[in-house]
Amino acid sequence: MYEKDGEKYFVVDSHMHYWDASPENWVKGSENYAKGWIECFHAYQGLGPPETHWTIEHFQKYSEQDLLKDVFEDGYVDVAVFQPTYLTEWYTEGFNTTERNGALSEKHPGKFIVNTRWDPRDGDTGLKELAENVARWGSTGVKLYTAEWREGSRGWTLKDPEAYRFLEKSQELGIKNIHVHKGPTIWPLDKDAFDVSDVDHAATDFPDLNFIVEHVGLPRIEDFCFLATQEPNVYAGLSVVIGGLMYARPKFFAKVMGELLFWVGEDKMTFGSDYGIWEPKWQIEGFVDWDYPTDEYSDYPRVNTATKKKILGLNAARLYGIDVPKEFQLPAEAGKPGAKDDAQLVDDGATV
Amino acid sequence: MTDRTHLLAALEAVRDPELDEPITALGFVSSCTVSADGDVQVRLRLPTYFCAPNFAFLMVADAYDAASGVVGVRRTEVVLEDHFAADAINAGVAARSGFAQSFDGLAAGELDELRADFVRKAVLAGTDRVCRPLLAAGRTTDDLAELTLGDAPASADRERLRSRRAELGLPSGDESPLLVDARTGEAVGAQALPLHLRRARLTRVNAEANGSMCRGMLRERYGARGEGELEEDQ
Repeated sequence: MYEKDGEKYFVVDSHMHYWDASPENWVKGSENYAKGWIECFHAYQGLGPPETHWTIEHFQKYSEQDLLKDVFEDGYVDVAVFQPTYLTEWYTEGFNTTERNGALSEKHPGKFIVNTRWDPRDGDTGLKELAENVARWGSTGVKLYTAEWREGSRGWTLKDPEAYRFLEKSQELGIKNIHVHKGPTIWPLDKDAFDVSDVDHAATDFPDLNFIVEHVGLPRIEDFCFLATQEPNVYAGLSVVIGGLMYARPKFFAKVMGELLFWVGEDKMTFGSDYGIWEPKWQIEGFVDWDYPTDEYSDYPRVNTATKKKILGLNAARLYGIDVPKEFQLPAEAGKPGAKDDAQLVDDGATV
Repeated sequence: MTDRTHLLAALEAVRDPELDEPITALGFVSSCTVSADGDVQVRLRLPTYFCAPNFAFLMVADAYDAASGVVGVRRTEVVLEDHFAADAINAGVAARSGFAQSFDGLAAGELDELRADFVRKAVLAGTDRVCRPLLAAGRTTDDLAELTLGDAPASADRERLRSRRAELGLPSGDESPLLVDARTGEAVGAQALPLHLRRARLTRVNAEANGSMCRGMLRERYGARGEGELEEDQ
């Protein structure tokens, strides 16, 4: 919970991690990748305020106590959503698995939502594992990496028939939220891993699932926005947008937020700190204080307290069915957080 | 004899295909030297260890071609530093083999279509750069539908837009419409124009925000400025 100027904000961190990238966890023969990966993440942290930077040793492996303090004690977060990233080809025990996250969640009931993952290339075994993970950890969301290369396969798309089997199974198991990573990847080398067109098909065919595009397709925000205007159940995951731009690149942060507010709308944008890349504290404090810096932005939608309450927590609370105490809720005239039926759809069939 | 000024000028014509900005201005050229005999060595660097290898390959290959084309250059070496695919990219470019051939089994097909997609995005972004000042000066969107490229005041942005359109084979003469569809080259009609302009702005915001983030990451990674690096307009 965050309070400022008499306003109370219920905070859901809808995209965060608990990883182990310490050298003890590096796979022999893949050390360069394991090291390069975490150093790349660490450089992103450099885009936050200097006083929030960590040493690389701390960044490689932070403790349970660090996480609890940074996220809940200092970081104002009410509920945090773990998004797993396996990367078992580089990290012996995985970078950030459902099990690792789930074990922490069990020790601290009510604090976390444990998302799991699937990959359609795992076939029947994968479907079984998905069911087991949902039963074991109570997952209601998944994180997907469509561009992952594996054993000669050059990635997959959400419109593949195999992916549809997993989407159907997800729905049957009670999963509501499909977080899709559209962003940097390593293999295959020639594929545009940021391509969001496959989300379009799946979102149309699975109207009861919510598709949250993490990192808003950065650096393909325009493709993502065009997509979001045509699919009511597509949401903008703001992980990296606030952390990577708000402090380091305020002018572009204002423009990107303006575009997202115009094309996607304040009911469909969700805050994610991307912890441990960035701590939530400064992001939440900064965002609550934020407004467009000058009149140059006057034709973008305005932001007010209700906008920020929705983005920081109420939208994600609705997607995940989290009960929000009355004192944090908005009056009816402020609109319905997370509501897909309020989306302003633009459909002219044009493409870029 | 070739001097470094000529070499740097040639490298300025090499763009990051995704950001549509010169690799020099972005700070990607960590060093470039020319020996008295005309042997060129260029070292390139990128914002992260995992920057997309397809775009990295294009930049190294384009830098090689640009440097080799400078009058008086005898031998060219272009080396990408600190990148997970550096060895394969450097060897592939030096051997003049294509992208797919340089990554046996990991890439299929060359990158021409991807590059063309990004030039189309550059046309849209450039449209915003040229049209926004016109709207600020009081022109209406209906006015814009009637204007030709030559009607827009002469500026670096207009010439940049013209050159991207020409690259795609789209109409680029002074008499061609100011606003064209980046795929078909057809004029954008008055009715479709407001949405077209919104998309143009969005595409520009994306490219510039992305470029700004890349600059920030590069600065985190390397303290020293690159050859020909320009200060960002913040």
